[in-house]
Amino acid sequence: MKIRRFPGLAPSLRGPSLLLPSRGTAIAFTPLATHRLAGSLSQRPDSKYVQFPGAVKSAFTNALSFEQPASHEAMPTYRAVDQNGHVVDSSFKPDLSDEEVIKLYRHMLLVSIMDIIMFDSQRQGRISFYMVSAGEEAVTVGSASALAKEDVVFCQYREQGVFAQRGFTPRDFMNQLFANKKDPGKGRNMPVHYGSRELNIHTISSPLATQIPHASGAAYALKMQHLHNPSSVPPRVAVVYFGEGAASEGDFHAALNIAATRSCPVIFICRNNGYSISTPVLEQYRGDGIASRGVGYGIETVRVDGNDIWAIREATKRAREMALQDGGRPVLIEALTYRVGHHSTSDDSFAYRARVEVEEWKRRDNPISRLRKWMEAKGIWDEAKEKEAREGIRRDLLKAFQEAEKEKKPPIRTMFEDVYEELTPEIKGQMAELRDLIERYPDEYDVNDFDGGKDSLK
Amino acid sequence: MTLPRRGYSTHPPNAKLNLPVDYSTTPLLAHSSQAALHNPELPLDVRDGATKRMNLFQAINDALSLALAEDESVLLFGEDVAFGGVFRCSMKLAEMYGGDRVFNTPLSEQGIMGFAIGAAAEGMRPVAEIQFADYVFPAFDQMVNEAAKFRYRDGTCGRHVGGLTVRMPCGAVGHGALYHSQSPEALFTHVPGWRVVMPRSPLQAKGLLLAAIRSNDPVVFMEPKVLYRAAVEQVPVAPYELPLSKAEVLKEGKDLTIVSYGQPLYLCLNAIRQAEQDLGISAELIDLRTIYPWDRKTVLRSVQKTGRCIVVHESMVNAGVGAEVAAAIQEDASTFVRLEAPVLRLAGWSIPTPLVFEKFNIPDVARIYDGIKKILNY
Repeated sequence: MKIRRFPGLAPSLRGPSLLLPSRGTAIAFTPLATHRLAGSLSQRPDSKYVQFPGAVKSAFTNALSFEQPASHEAMPTYRAVDQNGHVVDSSFKPDLSDEEVIKLYRHMLLVSIMDIIMFDSQRQGRISFYMVSAGEEAVTVGSASALAKEDVVFCQYREQGVFAQRGFTPRDFMNQLFANKKDPGKGRNMPVHYGSRELNIHTISSPLATQIPHASGAAYALKMQHLHNPSSVPPRVAVVYFGEGAASEGDFHAALNIAATRSCPVIFICRNNGYSISTPVLEQYRGDGIASRGVGYGIETVRVDGNDIWAIREATKRAREMALQDGGRPVLIEALTYRVGHHSTSDDSFAYRARVEVEEWKRRDNPISRLRKWMEAKGIWDEAKEKEAREGIRRDLLKAFQEAEKEKKPPIRTMFEDVYEELTPEIKGQMAELRDLIERYPDEYDVNDFDGGKDSLK
Repeated sequence: MTLPRRGYSTHPPNAKLNLPVDYSTTPLLAHSSQAALHNPELPLDVRDGATKRMNLFQAINDALSLALAEDESVLLFGEDVAFGGVFRCSMKLAEMYGGDRVFNTPLSEQGIMGFAIGAAAEGMRPVAEIQFADYVFPAFDQMVNEAAKFRYRDGTCGRHVGGLTVRMPCGAVGHGALYHSQSPEALFTHVPGWRVVMPRSPLQAKGLLLAAIRSNDPVVFMEPKVLYRAAVEQVPVAPYELPLSKAEVLKEGKDLTIVSYGQPLYLCLNAIRQAEQDLGISAELIDLRTIYPWDRKTVLRSVQKTGRCIVVHESMVNAGVGAEVAAAIQEDASTFVRLEAPVLRLAGWSIPTPLVFEKFNIPDVARIYDGIKKILNY
């Protein structure tokens, strides 16, 4: 009988009974002595522990008992400062100067005032879309304040505080929101999809959770670059933000698992604000939040009070140190908070939750008022300073708003660029077609808002 | 005792057209060093250099090894890559370049792709492997929404994932059935931002893969797995690139043009030879090589000359690459007026690839031969 040669088979395994190396089939070619010691895998007689490769430290038990999620207490939530601004962690020592603390506070204010202005301007039809981050200012500003400038950040979309803390100005926000010619995204992205190369924050994309494995891969790149050139490339971490809803996506699972197996210096920061649009967490998961999953991936995990900027800052600081230790490893932070605002300008959240619930959160526990209380107790803040700060920030934002609104849109040509490194002949042809169309139907297209009009299509 | 003869992947005893491809004699492979070096696309110094006999997986291994050696930002990973890969493409590379650069990932295609995108976004040149093209779909979101649009959405920030190459074995193999046979290239050609490449031979695979890895655009590199061991030819030892987005005219002719890529090119050539002998015609054979963005110019020029065109591919006919080629031909005014017959698409039927029916599904020499007759008699 003729033996066919199938591609993919090792010479020793060629034969009629063997087909393609189908998925999941372990093909034992040469023994992989480099990975495991030959003797380490066999089940030793009378051992109290299993020696199966899947879980070598598991003890045998003679009692059949299923592990109960309920028998594990919920992971505790770390707080440094309570709702009244009182320090509750006696070991906590603020490591920032008064001026630096005030800066953090101002960044939180900036985000929250911008929320109001932009939410209203969307309602007036001046921008197409907006997402507020009310209630989550401490998670973003606090964590970002504990990172190095060179650390690479990936966001979901409710992280204006990260951008503010790392140096985004009112102008930067407004240029993106108005998609004008000064928008680094060249007017291609929806509002709130910010990005900044200078600030090492990757551009936001709408698909949820896709950025989580990006952070694992980026962290691996940062680790390799430091290993290759330790003198010129500092040790860096990648940081990724996502909501508890996004954590249900497969990409969350993929990202944490690969980060753990490849020892990637990445910090996963989950903003657990209780809702994914209308879906409450009870319909999102039944385990102990997101934090309990970290442990399952072999990832060190902490849960913090997301309305306590000091707690999130301390946790991120520690996480960064851990992430860079021993060749790198991932760390998961779950920040518990509450989404005070609507999901977006396209959402009316009172359709699925009580207005009173939201009001309670606003009134009783708010990250901004909590830090304010702490600052007032310390004697570095008062009502006059508050008023002055709020007015100043509002003024800056409105000025930037007006300037950005007046700017022209990017050149029309911009829509064809950056698909590939260079324009392809096909795209060049389409650009000429569009120009021709606009020239022959000049009344059908308003090109005056766009920098350079139709001439950019040359 | 004799085992029952398999009812598939065999050839009937009286067949004249559907014979096994004789890769040891086909002129589509360079059987001598001289033939390999006679390629005008090769740089001059490479044309003066040595060659070595390699099959497709060895040529890919060679390209990967050269890429890892020349640039420390090149990483190679995927499922079972470290021990050499289930198709042997990464043999010895982990030992040579270290486990930090050539490594296994957990079994998660979306994870592989997401991880690769993140690494590329931070300046690495990841070469990710998807074990079979059939299993790329979990990674589709990452490829379509993330990798493809990364440069575009980053705008003046200028970050991109152009360093990314995704390799995946594709195509029918005789017995791969539903999930070890697919060629999803047409799905990627509908996504602006990716380059989609499929080589037909070891020499081509090496040059195109090196070009893909060095390219600043993300590239889907599809490897016809049936050729991994079957296609053997002389391959220049030195590193070299073959151009992306450029088709290759494999054989000149005047009566019709056949456009194809990957393994079916061998079938096309066999059909052409028989038709030329039987019908006294001459056919031009074009290898697209890069399926998107594709080389319209070369195809249109050829069809303007011959007036007839057949497109051949394994994957399903509907909305396949053939549809795009045919549409482009009829849409181009100066080609349309030269057409003497409708453009013919010979491709997989509109079904999945079933195990025992494979030989009835993908275009074979008989179908291509018959297509040639049909288009000439139109």
